[in-house]
Amino acid sequence: MSVAERAPDVMPATAVPPPDAHDTFLGFRVTPLTRRRLDLFRRNKLAVWSLWAFVAIFTLSLFAEFLCNDRPLLIRYDGQFYSPIFVAYPETKFGGFFEAEADYRDPFVKELIEEKGWILWPPIRFDYRTINYEMKVPAPSPPSRDNWLGTDDQARDVLARVVYGVRISILFGFSVVIFSSIIGIIAGATQGYWGGRWDLYFQRFMEIWGSVPTLYVIIIIASVFTPNFWILLGIFLLFSWMGLVGLVRTEFIRARNFDYVRAARALGASDWVVMFKHILPNAMVSTMTMMPFMLSGSVTLLSGLDFIGYGLPAGSPSLGELVLQARNNLHAPWLGFTAFFTLGTLLMLLVFIGEGVRDAFDPRKNVA
Amino acid sequence: MSVVDFQARVGGGGAPAAGTHLLEVKDLAVSFRIGRRTIEAVRGVSFHIDKGETIAVVGESGSGKSVTALSILQLLPYPKAFHPAGSIKFNGQELLGAPDRELRKIRGDKISMIFQEPMTSLNPLHTIEKQISETLFLHRNVTKAQARARVLELLNLVGIKEPEKRLESFPHTLSGGQRQRVMIAMALANEPDLLIADEPTTAVDVTIQAQILKLLDEIQRRMGMAILFITHELGIVRKLANRTYVMHQGRFVEEGPTAALFKSPRHEYTRMLLASEPKPRRDKPPEGTPVILQTSALKVHFPRKGGLFGRTFDYVRAVDGVSMTVRAGHTLGVVGESGSGKTTLGLAVLRLLRSEGSIQFSGKELQGLGFNELRPMRREMQIVFQDPYGSLSPRLSVAQIIEEGLVVHNKDMTWDQRRAVVAEAMREVGLDPSAMDRYPHEFSGGQRQRISIARALVLKPRLIVLDEPTSALDRTVQVQILDLLRDLRERHGLTYLFISHDLKVVRSIADHVIVMRDGVIVEQGSVDEVLDRPRTAYAAALVKAAFELVADESGAVRA
Repeated sequence: MSVAERAPDVMPATAVPPPDAHDTFLGFRVTPLTRRRLDLFRRNKLAVWSLWAFVAIFTLSLFAEFLCNDRPLLIRYDGQFYSPIFVAYPETKFGGFFEAEADYRDPFVKELIEEKGWILWPPIRFDYRTINYEMKVPAPSPPSRDNWLGTDDQARDVLARVVYGVRISILFGFSVVIFSSIIGIIAGATQGYWGGRWDLYFQRFMEIWGSVPTLYVIIIIASVFTPNFWILLGIFLLFSWMGLVGLVRTEFIRARNFDYVRAARALGASDWVVMFKHILPNAMVSTMTMMPFMLSGSVTLLSGLDFIGYGLPAGSPSLGELVLQARNNLHAPWLGFTAFFTLGTLLMLLVFIGEGVRDAFDPRKNVA
Repeated sequence: MSVVDFQARVGGGGAPAAGTHLLEVKDLAVSFRIGRRTIEAVRGVSFHIDKGETIAVVGESGSGKSVTALSILQLLPYPKAFHPAGSIKFNGQELLGAPDRELRKIRGDKISMIFQEPMTSLNPLHTIEKQISETLFLHRNVTKAQARARVLELLNLVGIKEPEKRLESFPHTLSGGQRQRVMIAMALANEPDLLIADEPTTAVDVTIQAQILKLLDEIQRRMGMAILFITHELGIVRKLANRTYVMHQGRFVEEGPTAALFKSPRHEYTRMLLASEPKPRRDKPPEGTPVILQTSALKVHFPRKGGLFGRTFDYVRAVDGVSMTVRAGHTLGVVGESGSGKTTLGLAVLRLLRSEGSIQFSGKELQGLGFNELRPMRREMQIVFQDPYGSLSPRLSVAQIIEEGLVVHNKDMTWDQRRAVVAEAMREVGLDPSAMDRYPHEFSGGQRQRISIARALVLKPRLIVLDEPTSALDRTVQVQILDLLRDLRERHGLTYLFISHDLKVVRSIADHVIVMRDGVIVEQGSVDEVLDRPRTAYAAALVKAAFELVADESGAVRA
């Protein structure tokens, strides 16, 4: 090789061959670092299966109204289509007597409709609050052809309540994670980046705020207001945002003296640009790693509150309430088993996913 | 009790088998498995070392020289690393694939090693005495008292003053040079037959480098061991080694007695290495240009706080009253050892650090300006950092990195216009604009430094602070970057504040120099004045250490 061939450091097209210059994932261009993480995650079969299972459960639960409902999906009556799942029709529409909304579970209404058409039902003909009046045994009734997982002590279908309960738990968890990440990242970022007094006082405030007993605050607030989804979310957020602050703050303290941050400042970039364009993408790793665990934490906490009766309003489909029913009705083991397996599976899936994500972001793990 | 009769006292150390080389490496190859790929780091090198000899392996970063050194003691990350071929015989004993038990007997006893980074090579939780005596307890059957006497002896040998007081010290209380000495003491503890020195002076100042080289030379003469010297610094090789091997892309391209090799290099690569020394500048700076940057009594003090209420009881005076003047189109070199306040000065001038005293940029006072008032000035003055890896955000593409300044200052520019300007800046620094959507990790160190320069250039500044822009690069790349900087200076009439510890580099680009020590200017003047006829003892010591690798004896520099 001659000197002339080698000498210039000027970028030849092949200087460092990009192994996969146009590597994409779900249509996005990914850097090799991201590719390495994806590969590492994929290698963890348990995490991948957990992710798919979780996505499947979550997607199904999002369509709970189409799975478990006491209104039919579609009705053909007298040459016309009706969709009771979206529109409330009075019984008179189908030749009944009352102006009120039709009760499609009523054998009389059923007969009326089927005379002149047909009914398409969802797989489970119960809503989470539908009371089954046709049971042959007193509630709670064991699993049967009508109620696949039995009924609870108010004769409501357990399976329907589980499906709706899972949905509300996951949505609640996601809301907590997303909002507390936003608050936590902003708080951690500004503290880490600016430091000084802001950091000093904010940290002291967090120490005091963090030692407030969350549970009692919730109980006190719950006895003043009737808690609903949003009030509970608000109370949770008051405390849960602190989880991420420490991590994000540390990353920002580390990165604020990096040369590329200095270079951006020398170019005149504002503090917010530096924080969110230059530092945050590099600090997201720790946040991403925490997220599945935060999700499972808030699912547990919500169930716990429902169990002690300070959670979602009475009658809401909730996994915690199911646990409470199981405790109150020990002679109905299907309640306990259902609650246990539902919560257990959900939390286990989240933990497995979380471990997969954590390992994928671990720089010490090797693809080899 | 002398060093020499230590072996006699505690036993150990056998005579090498007659007729063979002390160390004989044949066709050594080293490969690494990374994912599904295999990288050939060393592709068949052969060399030998005889007793009492010094040989050097030179090459640029990535040439495989450190991997070669590490494979002698089998210290590579096996099984990720493996040897497709080769043999390493020490005193006739095969080391390649030898069982760990055998290797442990040799490591630290017959063959020992010193590493590049003195800051991380010592365990911060152990005292100096414990670290040095550990290898004695491992290999020799010594009592505590014997070990302590030996440690004192070794510390004396490596030139640590008042060793009794240092025995209980922890590494963080020692300076970089002292740590390097302690490391050498550890390596010498059992009087090895072979000392492998892997870039032992790369991370220390030139003055310390000269002292360390002198020390190694003395010790070798007294103890008669062989030294395998791994380095990229040709000056060191010329001074120390009997024989030299030039390594390039995992192979030896040339070998031979050092003097002959330097006098008449046969291989092109060796010639290129020898030719890539920064040359003194010849062109004259423009005359009569206006003053662009002037500081007077500039101070940067970092408070040291303590006590219950965090009161400030003292200040670290990083920059302590620096007054300097730079004219447009000129280059002011700032030199000094690490910790002298060079970088702090550069950051303070750009108002990236809080400071006191006046900073005037083309007649306008910068101190006291708020963020928004300062912003228009930012486009006029830019900075390029030392570390080409840390100065580019790994998550942004090259185009995003370079266009940052445009996004801030030229808000009405469209995306296409910005891309055009970025492409122009990349061409200007000798990069192919088609690479602008790649990420920094796909580029080599020199290319990254070009990206940094493009980022600084894109706003067409008048002043650029260059903070050791070539220190992390190989010599050949260094020369190319210096050429580029000179070229840009001429084309755009740029003014540089060039911060460096490398006097050769400074000589090749600067017109004026200030020499800093402990935050104050000890000497200033034109390059020729300061580097050829230094007036102060400190400047003289720096110059001597840098250009002749001679340690200063006058006490002007610290140990």
